[in-house]
Amino acid sequence: MEFLGNEFFLIAVTFGVFFLAKWLQRRTGLMLLNPILLTIAVLIVFLKSAGISYETYNEGGHLIEFWLRPAVVALGVPLYLQLETIRKQILPIVMSQLAGCVVGVVSVVLVAKALGASQEIVCSLAPKSVTTPIAMEVARAVGGIPSLTAAVVVCVGLLGGILGFKAMRLTHIASPMAQGLSMGAAAHAVGTSAAAELSRKYGAFASLGLTLNGILTALLTPTLLEWLGLL
Amino acid sequence: MIRQCAILFGCLALGELLVWLTEVKLPSSIIGMLLLTLFLKLGWVKLHWVQGLSDFLVANLGFFFVPPGVALMLYFDVIRAEFWPIAIATVVSTLLVLVTSGWVYQLVRRAVGRPGQKR
Repeated sequence: MEFLGNEFFLIAVTFGVFFLAKWLQRRTGLMLLNPILLTIAVLIVFLKSAGISYETYNEGGHLIEFWLRPAVVALGVPLYLQLETIRKQILPIVMSQLAGCVVGVVSVVLVAKALGASQEIVCSLAPKSVTTPIAMEVARAVGGIPSLTAAVVVCVGLLGGILGFKAMRLTHIASPMAQGLSMGAAAHAVGTSAAAELSRKYGAFASLGLTLNGILTALLTPTLLEWLGLL
Repeated sequence: MIRQCAILFGCLALGELLVWLTEVKLPSSIIGMLLLTLFLKLGWVKLHWVQGLSDFLVANLGFFFVPPGVALMLYFDVIRAEFWPIAIATVVSTLLVLVTSGWVYQLVRRAVGRPGQKR
């Protein structure tokens, strides 16, 4: 069954499973059946049971992942469309992102440490809220495991994408700007895509959160970890 | 479509160039996004030149995360060894970020409150 490792076959499977997962979520309306999460789970089970290594899968997979970066560039369009709104609210936006960044790094470090995680893991978790390339860079800089960070970042995104709006409803976060910013800040591009599904405006505010928290996290994480006695 | 690709990848390539020149620790894609916003604002790039492709890419952003997510299968051992610290810290912290940035935005917005202006 060597054919199962064919890169185009694996790309086709990825598209096919994702399409079915989207269909399934529309039919059932269940939030937990997040198409990204479901596709990842189905593919892992498939690869493990067919004995295909991640390296083999990634020969096709990296052609899909390749589009992640142009897609992040494309977020410049919704951002441009909301520039005027953003300019008017620059102070609350920056304050909220600064708070989100500090809380994100400090809380994950303190909780993981308190529960006995090793230094290497704690450092890998520190930049978990932000988009993969930034998170991996930060993890490398502070002595974490960049590829573990990448995996955790995807999980964080899924968590935010699935639970984010519900959590904000419970905590009375109602304004579209607050919701968008929070989704981008806490759940990077996955949160942003969940927000963009509501409307272009939400997508724009979320890409703002993704960008600002990304930049702040890149700049502040080493200092924060130093204060927390980890570096 | 070709023009749209040329612009998006052009911004990405400029981002790469800036990273290479300045050795700044930011991803080229984020810099490319800010450049695209800037070029649209300056009018160097017209909205309809990029809108079709960018709408498609933004709408399907989540799909491009499937392959890096599948990479989780490489870390089952590490994650199993420290599962609870990783899981609890991640969940708690993600919810805290959501709530904190939302609340701080709403509080500061109300506090600033732009006097003399209608809401």
